[in-house]
Amino acid sequence: MSQATTAPGGPLSKILTPSRASNVRTSSTTIASSLIAVVIALAISALLLYVTGKDPVAAFTTMIDTAKNTDKLLEMMRRATPLIFSATAVAIGFKMNIFNIGVEGQYLFAALMAAEAGSHINLPTPIHIAAIIAVAMIAGAAWAGIAAFLKVRKNVHEVISTIMLNYIALSIISWIFNSFFKDESIEGLNVKSTIIGKTGWLPDLVDGRLNSMFIIALVVVAIFWVVVYRSRFGFKLRASGYNATAASTAGISATKMTVIALLLSGAVAGLVAMQSVLGETHAYGPSATPIQLGFAGITVALLGRNHPVGIVIAALLFGFLDSTSAQLQLAEVPNSIVKVMQAIVVLTVVIVNEATVRRTNIKTAERARAELAAGSAA
Amino acid sequence: MSTITATSTSTAQSLSPRKRLLLIGLSLVTIMSITRLWTGYDDLTSSGTIGAALRLTVPIMLAGLAGLWAERVGILNIGIEGMMILGTWFGAYGAWKYGPWIGFLLAIFGGSLGGLIHAVATIRFNIDQVISGVVMNLLAFFGVRYLSELVFVGQPQGGISQSPPQSSAIPKIDVPFLAGGPVGSSTTPDALGWLEERGWFIIGDLAGVTRGLLSGLSLASLIALLLVPLSAWVLWRSCFGLRLRSSGVAPEAAESLGVNVIRVRYIGLLISGGFAGLGGGFLSIISSSYYRQGQTAGRGFIGLATMIFGNWRPSGILAGAAVFGYSEGIKLVAGGSITGLFLFIFFVSAIVGVISLLRRQIKRGSTSIGITVIALIAYLTVTEVPESLTQSLPYVITLVVLATASQRLRPPAKAGVPYRPGGGH
Repeated sequence: MSQATTAPGGPLSKILTPSRASNVRTSSTTIASSLIAVVIALAISALLLYVTGKDPVAAFTTMIDTAKNTDKLLEMMRRATPLIFSATAVAIGFKMNIFNIGVEGQYLFAALMAAEAGSHINLPTPIHIAAIIAVAMIAGAAWAGIAAFLKVRKNVHEVISTIMLNYIALSIISWIFNSFFKDESIEGLNVKSTIIGKTGWLPDLVDGRLNSMFIIALVVVAIFWVVVYRSRFGFKLRASGYNATAASTAGISATKMTVIALLLSGAVAGLVAMQSVLGETHAYGPSATPIQLGFAGITVALLGRNHPVGIVIAALLFGFLDSTSAQLQLAEVPNSIVKVMQAIVVLTVVIVNEATVRRTNIKTAERARAELAAGSAA
Repeated sequence: MSTITATSTSTAQSLSPRKRLLLIGLSLVTIMSITRLWTGYDDLTSSGTIGAALRLTVPIMLAGLAGLWAERVGILNIGIEGMMILGTWFGAYGAWKYGPWIGFLLAIFGGSLGGLIHAVATIRFNIDQVISGVVMNLLAFFGVRYLSELVFVGQPQGGISQSPPQSSAIPKIDVPFLAGGPVGSSTTPDALGWLEERGWFIIGDLAGVTRGLLSGLSLASLIALLLVPLSAWVLWRSCFGLRLRSSGVAPEAAESLGVNVIRVRYIGLLISGGFAGLGGGFLSIISSSYYRQGQTAGRGFIGLATMIFGNWRPSGILAGAAVFGYSEGIKLVAGGSITGLFLFIFFVSAIVGVISLLRRQIKRGSTSIGITVIALIAYLTVTEVPESLTQSLPYVITLVVLATASQRLRPPAKAGVPYRPGGGH
């Protein structure tokens, strides 16, 4: 036994040294288990449709037909854009083992601040847009910073504090908007803050169909990948997230990582509503600015396993599902089934993932035991 | 000086908790009475306010109990909001089709269904309890929307976000002699109402509060309130409750003593879901007479908050829910009276501050004096509190309590920690 551990190249070192092969195996099991989960979720949804007296075949055919339409594919990308930001924000937190449920409050607060700030400044186009984006990221980070402060200084768990902060954000936003930022000249139900000057408008990629924010989303995901998986900081972040105590013995401060992770998460969350603020509404409005994207981001991050590529695929999938709802309604299938399907997909993906990880762990342990036994016998 | 400090501390400690609570309660009523007479806001302790406060307290309290039952068996329940949504929908459906009592049964069923999903996900499949709760909320929100589209669309006054109104309601009672309820066919005097109208110092306030609780009392509220002592009794006085709590504190130890932790946790979550569903049903059957999308309005999370600063105890949950119910009630009945509460806070924090400083608890004393100053400034300057800001009160209070008093909070030790049978060896 002792021989096996000391001898270089012995069986134990073979097990402990991560190899490319196991990486490939892990990622292929990941993909396979995700696919199985999606299939199970689709089966459950079909059953749900069938039980409630709707035709699942018609529903799925309608959905697939939608995919043949280019306009619908652009809509898919447009709907995926905010989800990518929101899921990335959640994933940054998860990498440090922090559950940021507060993306909802962070992005709405950021949207209000950025829209108001953008309407007051007058700069050449790229700088104007960059300034609005900067305000949004700072505002999002600031709101997340409250949760960070409460966690590291007052030991308040971030799940509870961010839930509470979501509701506090909603009421503070509503108060600030109604008392100070509302543009009184706009009448009717569709009240907004003052419209941002034309220099602060982000141009569309495809006119009226897709905004350039989609490109920015992809860039942010790429940066996320580089920073988290390829930088020294990212290594520290993940190490601390896996095991804060072990990481702290290597001089990685969990407190510092927590604060940075939450601030970064909030900054990215600040971008969620920018497609609306910079590209569509050009203002903040209680009915114009999209809501619920923070919670949707959690589901997308879970479905994408907090991995950049996974997040983009998951966001596109959810964007696609959302884009089919109009068609479904025409085919007399209640379109709320789309959202139900998304929730079921996430639940099954998480469950299947948990089961796979457990099974893999058991198998690895068995293999290690067998190889050790063989090694010590020799 | 030092002798005074010593004696005052010792008297405070020598009082039994029950007497101390009574003393605090009486002083609060006295201060409230002074505030009422000073400001002339009679609605601060009127029976109308208290009655509204009670109706608003019950759903929050039930949500808090839902959290309690889940966390005491060791499972975090972020999905209370979703289970309440299921309760509102199923409750409204049952009440619309078969009458209010069946409505409540269906509300409990709907909530328990949510509890069962949460249980299967977290206990059987061991997924992260927070994730399961978050997904639960989404599933419930959109699930009932789907169901509404199938069942309520096309019905008179029904639609995708609203159910048809119910025709019958649960009876409300006025207690005879005290609140003027009838005995048989003859009327009885409204003794408390008479006292309340006089508005005497303290007596008028006590009469108003009591009358608010005893008049227009829905049987459903009464039953719901009884669930607080019942929960306390089952959890802390029964053998079954001991098993429940032990699986939230030390599941491995409980298992070694023959407790079927898995089964106990399933039961705990079913009860938790049932409580949440009942709270939802209360909203759609008692507080209004139909289901409406967004009816729960975050009460599941407020319930979670009351559970936290009620220190995971039924009595604490009731007290926390009452504070929120009261602040909602006063806003509803007499929005202008809210500024009177600043004066109330001023008095209370001033007294607490002075006592703390006398006892040389410098930190607490200076904090209280700070609050006193803020409350005084608020009372003198604020004429109208923005509606949107008062809504965030429960959440702000929760964060403040968590940030300042977390040393005193005693959550169940293993709430949120996944468990597999045989894991402890």
